[in-house]
Amino acid sequence: MTFEPVIGLEVHVQAKTKTKLFCACATEFGEMQNSNICPICTGQPGALPVINRKAVELAIKAALATNCKINTKSIFARKNYFYPDLPKGYQISQFEKPFCEHGYVDIELSDGTAKKIGLTRIHMEEDAGKNVHQGADGILGSDYSLVDLNRACTPLLEIVSEPDMRSVEDARLFLDQLKLTMQYAGVSDADMEKGQLRVDVNVSLRKKGAQEYGVRAEIKNMNSFRNIERAIKYEIERQTEVLESGGEVAQETRNFDDATGTTTSLRSKEESHDYRYFPEPDLLPLEVSKEWIEQVKSEMPELPAARNKRYIEELGLSDYDAMVLVNNKIYSDFFEAAVSVCGEPKLTCNWVTSEIPGYLKDKNIELCDTKLTPNNLGKMISLIKKGTISGKIAKTVLTEMIEKGTDPEIVVKNSGMTQIANPDELEPVINAILAANPAQVEQYKKGEQKVLGFFVGQIMKETKGRANPGLVNQLLKEQLSS
Amino acid sequence: MTLNTKTAHELHARLQSGEIKATELVNSVFQTIDQKDNDIKAYLSLRREKAIAEAEAIDLNIQKGEKLSPLEGIPIAVKDNICIQGEVTTCASKFLENFKSSYNATVIDRLRKAGMIIIGKTNMDEFAMGSSTENSAYQVTRNPRDTATVPGGSSGGSAAAVAADEAIVALGSDTGGSIRQPASFCGVVGMKPTYGRVSRYGLVAFASSLDQIGPLTKDVRDTAELLNVICGKDKMDSTSVDLPIPDFTKALNQDIQGLKIGVPKELIGEGVDEEVKNSVLSALDQLKQQGAEWAEISLPSFDKALSTYYIIAPAEASANLARYDGVKYGYRSKQAPTLRDMYFNTRSEGFGMEVKRRILIGTYVLSAGYYDAYYLKAQKARTLILNDFQKAFESYDVIISPTAPTTAFKVGEKTSDPLQMYMSDFATIPVNMAGLPAISIPCNISRGLPVGLQIIGKPFDEETVLKVAYSYEQGTK
Repeated sequence: MTFEPVIGLEVHVQAKTKTKLFCACATEFGEMQNSNICPICTGQPGALPVINRKAVELAIKAALATNCKINTKSIFARKNYFYPDLPKGYQISQFEKPFCEHGYVDIELSDGTAKKIGLTRIHMEEDAGKNVHQGADGILGSDYSLVDLNRACTPLLEIVSEPDMRSVEDARLFLDQLKLTMQYAGVSDADMEKGQLRVDVNVSLRKKGAQEYGVRAEIKNMNSFRNIERAIKYEIERQTEVLESGGEVAQETRNFDDATGTTTSLRSKEESHDYRYFPEPDLLPLEVSKEWIEQVKSEMPELPAARNKRYIEELGLSDYDAMVLVNNKIYSDFFEAAVSVCGEPKLTCNWVTSEIPGYLKDKNIELCDTKLTPNNLGKMISLIKKGTISGKIAKTVLTEMIEKGTDPEIVVKNSGMTQIANPDELEPVINAILAANPAQVEQYKKGEQKVLGFFVGQIMKETKGRANPGLVNQLLKEQLSS
Repeated sequence: MTLNTKTAHELHARLQSGEIKATELVNSVFQTIDQKDNDIKAYLSLRREKAIAEAEAIDLNIQKGEKLSPLEGIPIAVKDNICIQGEVTTCASKFLENFKSSYNATVIDRLRKAGMIIIGKTNMDEFAMGSSTENSAYQVTRNPRDTATVPGGSSGGSAAAVAADEAIVALGSDTGGSIRQPASFCGVVGMKPTYGRVSRYGLVAFASSLDQIGPLTKDVRDTAELLNVICGKDKMDSTSVDLPIPDFTKALNQDIQGLKIGVPKELIGEGVDEEVKNSVLSALDQLKQQGAEWAEISLPSFDKALSTYYIIAPAEASANLARYDGVKYGYRSKQAPTLRDMYFNTRSEGFGMEVKRRILIGTYVLSAGYYDAYYLKAQKARTLILNDFQKAFESYDVIISPTAPTTAFKVGEKTSDPLQMYMSDFATIPVNMAGLPAISIPCNISRGLPVGLQIIGKPFDEETVLKVAYSYEQGTK
């Protein structure tokens, strides 16, 4: 009896607006507790919500980037429940008529198969605040909790996938691609560590070939893609065991435990909330005109697939290189900016995808922690291209640019590291080295080509690495063959 | 000494000319309050020092020769569910006993800008839920016309204050009749504007799709003036309407020749006190003499209006009152060892019976398995009521009915049977369901108690409503 896993994901992304969804408070992360608040987002008596148009614009972008059909009229609804981080005692969300529906995300499996993961719907809703538990690491064992409402009312987009995923790989690829798409579309930075992306996982099993879905378990509040993979894997194993031993899977909400990699039951179906949804009477139905959609469409940034294609077809990068760059928007944007300065995509790609990450990994820092600018990188690559410095010297220039942010032209000028590419300058050095090493010259003339490396090494040492290696090789060969 | 018995428009000219001082006016109001309010109990709190200071500032302006706006220097009472920054707003609930709002309601900003002097906050039914002001957690307001009777509700304090000359004008709020019915019981003018005319920002919400703030005054002209001040689109209220505000005082003429009046038989039949019915018929005769025509009409959906309201309003209220949880502001029970205990005990202790009753009803009708049968169905019924009105307005300019089925009842008379209490609003409720403008004006005294005439207009046609009201008022002076 083989079982087929069926996986659906509910992803919340925080839309990248300056102010909150229903009030003018700033959404700035990491501010002092309860400093970005007002009567509206703290649920004061008499306060009313007012929609943030920029948030709607980002929702349009999210819809366009995922091929959804936008409802020209969608309805806000109250989702009612009590919790200290929910100031009004209800969340303004969307229920029956969501913002958009029936979209999809394209993924490519490791074996090259292309797959479409459907999106049931995307809707807009406000975030809750944060409970900060005191006296313990989390809620269990804490003495009391403090409520910080800075996050309350920040705009979220809830993206619900169709249950189209059949494996851990499907789920991981879907999440990677969705996150990337939201970043490229300018909708969200989608950084899971900053809480800008949250995922609830739904897993069920059914007999292979069956039409109906099995009973699903929901796993809430995952905190990393890696843990999502582990949780899904565990759930598939757990449910397989249950079914194979003749039992039934319970429809319930489960909690993932990081330390053990297992899930445990949190809440059964009977204990689940009745949210008593009804249309929000304080807001008019959200109307999105065709004209507005067209305008946003015309302003859509380049999405991952299009950028990938452009890198391969226009910039001549390899499939692999293009993929590596595109999959990291920060590096990709950096790359583009540097290329606009030096015009050398392949060279720049090399620096951005291996040299620079190598340095960062070594020091365990991020690109944003350094003083390196795309402009400086581009200039440096131009210097290499012109022959002003060698690739080897460039590595030291890079270090200075990363650590101090100095203009490479200045670095090179100050250190006297310019490449010697003038034969007139090199010939005396070459002659001197050859004259000082007659035995090796004999060896070379007898046919030991390898000795050339020794001469090159000596010349590089003599010139403190500044000699253009290519020219040195060429001149040496000329000298030795004469 | 009798300054406080005048209307705002009578006082305006005398203030402008310097014949009377704003401080004199304010003091005469406070004197009356000191004399009467121990018995009437219209006010929950007073702004004595602030009001006098504001009056002094206005007197200085008058001396400098500045031109006064029409309601500048006029003392106004404000229902205690409208927020004033830095001052206590209780909604007549224990829950908000010491609650100070952090911001001004938009209407308060507008009153300030118009130079009005807020005397104090008036008593009401708790969270605006009631028809007699007996649901206040603090005190029972008495009807100044007969202190053994109720002033009506939920804006009973505001209506009583105006009727007792403890304010020149007042603001109330109306969700199912809470301005009009107390106006009727106390013999003053009370108006609910079209839904969306007046910003709800800063009005503590009861039922969001039904609530509106409106004036309570001694005559129709003062109502028109006060409407001019409070109406207008507000970006802080997404349900406020972006329509130009006419000068409502320009509608005050007696030109009702040929005006067509519809009188729904559902509102003048069974359940309506005979003398109330006759008062309305006499009023219609008066209007006929002034050139209008009237006919009986039928609005069949009206017999479902009360039950529809008592599904929709509590449903919205149950969500609007969920924020009173003891976490952020207001009352928190001392018995709160766990989160659940805090929620249960805080809300059980902080809310009165009627509020709890409505929260329970509201939660029930929205709950899984019942939403379709109750809430959804009620919204459909609401559309039928709207349609009935729309159809009637194709042939009629205004619709007239009694405001309430009886005159003011005795304190304690209806408190044992909530359904009996709910019936007091049967003529006013359909108006809120359809979002229409309506006024109640005094039309008779029956056994010593005032009878109110309700005039309902087309959406955003406050002007015709005011015209008919003014016409009747001037014709019966």
